[in-house]
Amino acid sequence: MYGNDFSGEDAPGGLLGEVEAAEAALRAAAERDRGAAGPGEDLAAYFAQVIDADQKIEPRDWMPEAYRRTLIRQIAQHAHSEIIGMQPEGNWISRAPSLKRKAILLAKVQDEAGHGLYLYAAAETLGISRDELVDLLLNGRQKYSSIFNYPTLTWADVGAIGWLVDGAAIVNQVPLCRCSYGPYARAMIRVCKEESFHQRQGYEILHVLAHGTPAQKAMAQDALDRWWYPSLAMFGPPDGDSTHSAQSMAWKIKRFSNDELRQRFVDMCVGQAEVLGLTIPDPDLRWNDERQAYDFTQPDYAELMQVISGNGPCNRERMAHRRHAHTEGAWVREAAAAYAAKQKNKEKVAA
Amino acid sequence: MNGPFAFTLALGDDALIAAQRLAEWTTRAPEMEEDIALANIALDQLGAARLLLSYAGELEGAGRDEDALAYLRDDREFRNCLLVELPNGDFAVTMAKLLALSAYQLPLYTALAGCADERLAAIGAKARKESAYHLDHAALWVKRLGDGTEESHRRMQAGIDQVWPYVHELFAAPPGAPVDPATLRGDFDTTVAAVLAEATLTLPDSGWAPGGGRDGVHTEHLSYLLAEMQVLARAHPGARW
Repeated sequence: MYGNDFSGEDAPGGLLGEVEAAEAALRAAAERDRGAAGPGEDLAAYFAQVIDADQKIEPRDWMPEAYRRTLIRQIAQHAHSEIIGMQPEGNWISRAPSLKRKAILLAKVQDEAGHGLYLYAAAETLGISRDELVDLLLNGRQKYSSIFNYPTLTWADVGAIGWLVDGAAIVNQVPLCRCSYGPYARAMIRVCKEESFHQRQGYEILHVLAHGTPAQKAMAQDALDRWWYPSLAMFGPPDGDSTHSAQSMAWKIKRFSNDELRQRFVDMCVGQAEVLGLTIPDPDLRWNDERQAYDFTQPDYAELMQVISGNGPCNRERMAHRRHAHTEGAWVREAAAAYAAKQKNKEKVAA
Repeated sequence: MNGPFAFTLALGDDALIAAQRLAEWTTRAPEMEEDIALANIALDQLGAARLLLSYAGELEGAGRDEDALAYLRDDREFRNCLLVELPNGDFAVTMAKLLALSAYQLPLYTALAGCADERLAAIGAKARKESAYHLDHAALWVKRLGDGTEESHRRMQAGIDQVWPYVHELFAAPPGAPVDPATLRGDFDTTVAAVLAEATLTLPDSGWAPGGGRDGVHTEHLSYLLAEMQVLARAHPGARW
């Protein structure tokens, strides 16, 4: 799961359709195999042609340095978000209220670790190592989605993260399935399919709560109250303030603006909240016939900037937790490396 | 408690408490791949626990399902071995625990797969494949840590020393069990001896053999584990999730 907040439902029926269409387009592009640029060809012009033709840039291709840097930053931030995002939900594995819910949640958090690894591998195709990227995260030089700096206070928060946070992530990521960089587009197709499954599970948690005891229903409403605006903020600052957007659109890394995606998300959620019988905490939320979309209250972007700059409720804890795991594991990683070296030596001696 | 119920409950509790402990590693493992592997093993244990506890509830015939058994019993009613409830410790302690548990569960589930009780046989047939993977995983890490660096060797030996007294309890025969765990001891010893030899580790020479888990007399750790696991379910009696 991943937002778009710093630069960088069950309606997934329709969105999942878009994922599949993107996958088909990817296959078609691969079949029109264009080959690499020939010797003596103008590399920049060739790059531009590939982008124009909606073909994919692959690791072997020349690419502008800024394109490479933008992708590394974006894919790494996405990978970091998956890894840090394990924490707020992992917080409830030990207390999940039934064995079935425990199994589903454990599997979900595990999927996120898998997404993180998959995305680090995609970033590595751009000529940077996972270890370097992890260091950038741990040093605070690269960021992760700010949504994970909010705490999961009740079980209903696990449902709200699935429904809203994974829902926002899907809206954000589905267009990335058509990203011009092949390895990222392919990673996104796989990730989106799993995220849509997660979103349904989160929605179902809330559905059961919203139709449960009065205390459970109150828990569900409270979670929606707390997660709604941070979820809207996942799409990043309003278009006018978004620093990297124009260039990313030109490179076809990004396909829709922050505000377009945010609107799409709101329009998707309204009906889902009605089915849940929960109230979206926005008194100004109403259908606008002219725009054929909902009018809604913008999230507090000053708060978003505070969270991004490190002052959200859990920034320090999330980073401390990650650093602690990394530091505590150092002796294990060293042992694995030492053992592998010894085994290699033994093989040499035997040969 | 009738024999088949007590036996099935004990195995289900072993798997459940092992799952709960292993899942504590999530987001804390020494490398990302290991985070995934430990979650996998925890999921396997949890899956076996659900099958075993559901069946135990049927054998008991008092209308308790897997969740009633997991969430509404106190520590004195749990029948797991002490080994699985011990805190995770460092990664070496966790791998020592997993080595012992999987080297025990693999021959146990294998024997169950051929027992007369069809339900237990089916559970054993499924779970033994998972146990084989758990054993491979634990054995690989015990070797890596035992024969890795000086520090990892020291920690791995300390892990084995700490955990091993709790192994004896695994082979005490409960009355009425369809498989007598005492008959599995030979397999267990052979497996473990081979792993430890390659890992340059030794078994501790200790006469201490703590037990009591199968009678509901646990370490102090279990009630904390249960307090955390059960807190939400117990705060909302009768609620569905």
